[in-house]
Amino acid sequence: MDRLLFLKRSEAVGLLVLITLLVVVLPLSLDIFRLNLVGKYLTYSFVAIGLVLCWGFGGILSLGQGIFFGLGGYCMAMFLKLEASSVENTKIQSTPGIPDFMDWNQITSLPWFWVPFKSFPFTLAAIVIVPAVLCFILGTAMFRRRVGGVYFAIITQTVAAILTILIVGQQGFTGGINGITDLRTLHGWDIRTDHAKYILYFVNVAALIACLLFGYTVRHSKLGRILVAMRDKEDRVRFSGYSVAGFKTFIFCLAAVLAAIGGAMFTLQVGFMSPSFVGIVPSIEMVIYTAVGGRLSLLGAVYGTLLVNAAKTAFSESFPQLWLFGLGGLFIAVVLAFPNGLAGIYDSYVAPHIAGLFKRGRAPKPGSGVPQSTPAE
Amino acid sequence: MFYGFSITDLTSIFVMQGFAGLILFSVYVLMALGLAIIFGQMGVINMAHGEFMILGAYMTYLTSQLFLTFVPVLFPVYFFVAMIIAFCASGALGMLVEWAMIRHLYKRPLDTLLATWGLSLILQQAYRSVFGAREVGVELPEWMMGSLQVTDGIEVQINGLFVMTLTLGITVAVGYVMYWSRWGRQVRAVMQNRVMAGAVGIDTEKVDRYTFALGCGIAGVAGSAFTMIGSTGPTAGQLYIVDTFLIVVFGGAQSLLGTILSAFSISQTDSTLEFFLSGSTAKVLTLLGVVFILMLRPQGLFVLKIRK
Repeated sequence: MDRLLFLKRSEAVGLLVLITLLVVVLPLSLDIFRLNLVGKYLTYSFVAIGLVLCWGFGGILSLGQGIFFGLGGYCMAMFLKLEASSVENTKIQSTPGIPDFMDWNQITSLPWFWVPFKSFPFTLAAIVIVPAVLCFILGTAMFRRRVGGVYFAIITQTVAAILTILIVGQQGFTGGINGITDLRTLHGWDIRTDHAKYILYFVNVAALIACLLFGYTVRHSKLGRILVAMRDKEDRVRFSGYSVAGFKTFIFCLAAVLAAIGGAMFTLQVGFMSPSFVGIVPSIEMVIYTAVGGRLSLLGAVYGTLLVNAAKTAFSESFPQLWLFGLGGLFIAVVLAFPNGLAGIYDSYVAPHIAGLFKRGRAPKPGSGVPQSTPAE
Repeated sequence: MFYGFSITDLTSIFVMQGFAGLILFSVYVLMALGLAIIFGQMGVINMAHGEFMILGAYMTYLTSQLFLTFVPVLFPVYFFVAMIIAFCASGALGMLVEWAMIRHLYKRPLDTLLATWGLSLILQQAYRSVFGAREVGVELPEWMMGSLQVTDGIEVQINGLFVMTLTLGITVAVGYVMYWSRWGRQVRAVMQNRVMAGAVGIDTEKVDRYTFALGCGIAGVAGSAFTMIGSTGPTAGQLYIVDTFLIVVFGGAQSLLGTILSAFSISQTDSTLEFFLSGSTAKVLTLLGVVFILMLRPQGLFVLKIRK
């Protein structure tokens, strides 16, 4: 059997290995503090998966994924904050029932755009819809005018800057530079206990696997092939009658929605959201994860995110001075020497050996093809 | 928003804010000029441009310290020496970076963005290790301090005037080099049609290297000028990089005139709005305006028509 559902054999094996690692190995070997950290890193890998689809396959480099990560995170944080600032909890404020930072900024009633976030279904919908709508506007405006490549990257970067300035500047409505902090419960369920952290971790992994599967669906569908064609020869695709702008907008929105889901999971697991996850620096770091993992590999994106973040934590705990040198050097090395990242190294050096092992281990039956790991595109 | 101001007040406000905007404009132009050469002409996205600028600023700081310690007599003119040192240091670093990194990436412009971002992280940490995390400022010589009283409500700072004059001089020099000198013709020829330029005997690799170095050198001078009006920290470069890219894109990447006009309009809008609204709102409105205009006119204000 060469294909499992819509996955190639090698992809299915890779996915199973990842699932085993995330569901069995890591929870058994790490304490809850570290596992929570892994969970936090995994939320970035939602963004990285989106970037693989959008940048690796679609050729659209967005330097503003932090915008969507942040929007998703802020939507979730607004809901949790409203729940945490019930009238009983905020009795000491001059206006009870509104979030504490609003009270500090002399705001006396809940702003209109906070009101709908009292409802959980609305929040869940907003996490997906708000980034998608913003993306649709940006994408339609730019791709229709055939703005691409570098210009698109710079404009998305500017939007990220605008959003950060806006969040920091409008302290009374957004919590300013500190962000929205002190989030406690989800529908009365305390999200800060160890037990809750375990549950949230597994929910996060499940969502991640679902997103990965979805990514593979896109990758193997006709849409995925059009994306690659668009990346490599945009004009030919256009002349063949496809709406290039439409496809680009779609994949950009998809990446944004994935990022937003990651952001919402981030807020749930970490317990706060702040503008430091929205701006230009985090957005570019997310691109780094993707580049290190391999911009053409969905699984690579997850591993890249985990590795870079683990290295970041390890380095900044023991050699804070060296961390930026390491990250910068890694980045330059990846771009110059390994444009396809970890996945590229795996495909060209490790995968042939594994395929060789399988060949030797199993006597090839006549008639049944020996599974060959297909080289990456 | 004009309520409560008399006509004379308003005029003074506009003139004073206009002048503040002009200083901002000068810094923007200096930063954007280097980037317009590197990004506009060569197509390289240099995210480390801000760090080259900061290198110039630190060089100026070092020079001022050296002059104070060893030749206090010459202190009033240290700035001119500092500028040359800043230009040479940033230019040399630029040349090294071009040789080690950029020249392998000319065919992959988006990857230059990622690689130079890595470079900017390394440089930032290097500055932090060498000069410390705190911001440093230079001491201005006597003649640059103070301000000129033009009328009752209007006064202009001398260091601001100096930075403006400097900007004007450098802009004219860059314009001359790029558009009238033989070397500038070679640069533009290589950027417009590399193969053909090579065929008529231009050493394209050498042109690339010196163009990149020139762009970085100008960033160094910009950093030098920057010390006249603000202090320098390891991450100061990052604050300006997005603005600068936006200016170059808004002006039309290949036009120096466009770069100057866009720097002018962005800085003036920003500083005029800043007086009436809060700083962050002014910035947001300005940037939103620019993004909006870019969506309507993605190629920027000025376009150079060339055959691809």
